[in-house]
Amino acid sequence: MKSTLLAATLGCALAIGSVFTGHARAAETIKVGVLHSLSGTMAISETTLKDTMLMLITEQNKKGGLLGKQLEAVVIDPASDWPLFAEKARELIEKEKVAAVFGCWTSVSRKSVLPVFEELNSLLFYPVQYEGEESSKNVFYTGAAPNQQAIPAVDYLMNDMNVKRWVLAGTDYVYPRTTNKILEAYLKSKGVADADIMINYTPFGHSDWQSIVSDIKKFGSEGKKTAVVSTINGDANVPFYKELGNQGITADTIPVVAFSVGEEELSGIDTKPLVGHLAAWNYFMSVDNEVNDAFIENWQSFIKSEKRVTNDPMEAHYIGFSMWVKAVEKAGSTDSTAVQEAIIGVTVPNLSGGYSAMMPNHHITKPVLIGEIQEDGQFEVVWQTSGMVAGDAWSDFLEGSKDLISDWRSPLSCGNFNVKTGECSGSK
Amino acid sequence: MQHQPRKHRILPLLTLLIMLLPLSSMAADDSTLFTEGISILIKGNFKEKQLAIQQIAASGDSRARGLLQALLEGKLYRIKKDDTLVFAEITDSRAHIRSALGGENLGEIKKRKLKKITINNGLRTSLKSSLARIDLSSPDPAVRLQAVNLLIIGLSPKDSGLLTNLLETETDDSVREELLTAMNIAALRGDDHGAAVTALKQLHGNLSPAVRNEISSLLNKENLDESLQKEALLVQRSIQSKVSFFGLVEKLFFGLSLGSVLVLAAIGLAITFGVIGVINMAHGELIMLGAYTTYVIQQLMPNSIGLALFLSIPAAFLVSGLTGIIIERSVIRFLYGRPLETLLATFGISLILQQTVRSIFSPLNRSVATPAWMSGSIQINPILSLTTNRITILIFSLLVFAGLYLLLRRSSLGLQVRAVSQNRAMARAMGVQAARVDALTFGLGSGIAGIAGVALAQLTNVGPNLGQAYIIDSFMVVVFGGVGNLWGTLIGGLTLGVANKFIEPWAGAVLAKIIILVFIILFIQKRPQGLFPQKGRAAE
Repeated sequence: MKSTLLAATLGCALAIGSVFTGHARAAETIKVGVLHSLSGTMAISETTLKDTMLMLITEQNKKGGLLGKQLEAVVIDPASDWPLFAEKARELIEKEKVAAVFGCWTSVSRKSVLPVFEELNSLLFYPVQYEGEESSKNVFYTGAAPNQQAIPAVDYLMNDMNVKRWVLAGTDYVYPRTTNKILEAYLKSKGVADADIMINYTPFGHSDWQSIVSDIKKFGSEGKKTAVVSTINGDANVPFYKELGNQGITADTIPVVAFSVGEEELSGIDTKPLVGHLAAWNYFMSVDNEVNDAFIENWQSFIKSEKRVTNDPMEAHYIGFSMWVKAVEKAGSTDSTAVQEAIIGVTVPNLSGGYSAMMPNHHITKPVLIGEIQEDGQFEVVWQTSGMVAGDAWSDFLEGSKDLISDWRSPLSCGNFNVKTGECSGSK
Repeated sequence: MQHQPRKHRILPLLTLLIMLLPLSSMAADDSTLFTEGISILIKGNFKEKQLAIQQIAASGDSRARGLLQALLEGKLYRIKKDDTLVFAEITDSRAHIRSALGGENLGEIKKRKLKKITINNGLRTSLKSSLARIDLSSPDPAVRLQAVNLLIIGLSPKDSGLLTNLLETETDDSVREELLTAMNIAALRGDDHGAAVTALKQLHGNLSPAVRNEISSLLNKENLDESLQKEALLVQRSIQSKVSFFGLVEKLFFGLSLGSVLVLAAIGLAITFGVIGVINMAHGELIMLGAYTTYVIQQLMPNSIGLALFLSIPAAFLVSGLTGIIIERSVIRFLYGRPLETLLATFGISLILQQTVRSIFSPLNRSVATPAWMSGSIQINPILSLTTNRITILIFSLLVFAGLYLLLRRSSLGLQVRAVSQNRAMARAMGVQAARVDALTFGLGSGIAGIAGVALAQLTNVGPNLGQAYIIDSFMVVVFGGVGNLWGTLIGGLTLGVANKFIEPWAGAVLAKIIILVFIILFIQKRPQGLFPQKGRAAE
């Protein structure tokens, strides 16, 4: 306990030290908050998103800024410390007076800042795939909801690869638990028997996968085609895939489809044992089109390295930022309420070669892509949805959430409207 | 001379091959099959490619095998301009290409001018089985074995004749055994009761998963003959008891291997914490430094990964050891006898080290390659296989333990270390330079942590957070085993590993960790000194 307290204090000190106010400009600027951890455990994923935001803002300024003013990034480091996220969000909104905040990665950090954004009526763009079951007036979810990632992936395995037995393996926290609950309900609705579903949870950073992989192997050797649906998070993936390789499980015997493994994660892994395993995302760096080529080129020259990769949450920030810019231009102001009204229905190009639109439930439309891992750490798209899939805030497969809808347009203006009772419970 | 028996094998093999091929494809001319397949392969989508692969395999063309193999390995490309199929060896942005059909060398080309012929998992499976069918006549017994394995899946009673033919000419024992199993399975699928019962008798104790599935599907059949059912149940029981025995062996191995990792991580701490009584919260980061040293050395010599790994061991020892000595000389020596302040100071150092690594190597994980001899597993029987990296690390940790033990027991440094840890004042009176010994002991413990980092780099991520994952486990092992006792650390680590693996199957990974932690807390209440309490003055 003492050690966590100390960590928090030190983290605080570090974070305060790193408040970055950019160039002091005489002219008035529009401030954009960037709330991503640059130290602590989540720095591994979030640092890249901070750089992405800086790049997008720099580019917008080159194009002449927004509403005739230059944009100014305010970067704050919440140091992977969930309560600190709320504190820093308050600082960004009250002290720095930012027009909008782009940030957070884990669901815990989002839940931590949510009340702050609602209380102070500011805007948060959240770029990571998440478990759904949430819709806030002040948050725009540019990552995938479960129906934009997990369910299409399971459909692909079921229909194209004839998978009959399912291992749902995840890290023990809210995103895997909720996603697996949805998937389990979905699989059962498709007639999969209880005996053909194996669910397994492991702690964060789990590194000893021997018995679990051996169990998966046994589960998969009973004659029916088996696949693993993995919501294993972060660092635990490397030892997991290594153990799979060592125990002789290859992608053609038991394929693993992951929702948290992207190009960035693969760049830190020896990819040989992973070739052929799958990932479901809404964007892959290997997608071949001009917008994406330009984006990759910009990114690599901005970060000054040809080795750096792009990934799905980066695309989500790209979409979110373009949407915000467009909405501000449409509203003619950066006022939160005006932007909230203006942004619904805004359509911008995404990097997968289509257009994404902001839905009334504050989720966006995206294509779903399934890719196979290649030896060079890139994904080869093997399947994709024919059109855009709209994000569903409330899953249709969970008791208690299937009757809920979210629509932030007036007159409904409600995040969790129950169509059966006709009541809006909770936040308005 | 060796070729003689093999020639006889070709005839039955060919019959088998023909049986396995789709009838329609046999009608067409072989050479057109091949060229047609090639053109589909270049242009088609995944479903069309599937057919193309079957066609190419069926064509019997001598180039088919090489082509399919290259496709499986991802070395088959087409030149974007004119759709020529080539084999390519890619190095950075250049590619060395060779014509896939003619075999002639085409020189070098820019990588971007090539497009890979992509495959997916479905194609990978059918490529492997196509290759396996060609490989039934392979001179390598291991390849033949795999080919027979693949055959079992689609076996029907009609095939028993073919299997008998194959069996007559087969010389390798393990392939013969697999063929016999295949024949028995074929008999089980047939209608002949007598044959089925004899087959069952022969399958007693057979561990192949195919046999297990076959028997359980046999038992699920409706209106099964009673004598057959009795026999099948008997066989199932005999297999089941063997399976649970080997399951136990496997669990024990998993436990020992987890334990060996714990021992490796904790043994350095056993010295710094156990011998000189410093609560070193930066111990995990010293492990991390060792892992990063492995990464750096591998970057320096990317072509000899195995050698780099061996060089990493002394290098990591030096890097972490020197860092340890610097920490001891600059911070810890001012804080001896004040455990709380040492704890806070070393915790601060651990954060500094983490952030330093983040600044130098970026917060992203670094990838450390595993040498070929450390990946894969040793197959003991169809249900028990031991992974080689785990075996290597188990042996390695025992070696480190033995080395350290000898050092402390047999060398003069060891004698001095023990003297200082037992009675500092007396040791100084006898002329031991206590301060120097403190620094060296701390360096030794830190160096061992570095060596642990080399091993962990093979198992998990090399990233700034590596150390945090092991610090708590390390303290747990040392406290459980008994502070200041190396044997305690060894026995404690292995016990915790095995206990964890036996609890995990019925409690889950999360609960297993909690149960172990609760157990240790209760154990410490009962025996505050741990498993092996230290004797002598230091104990008081």
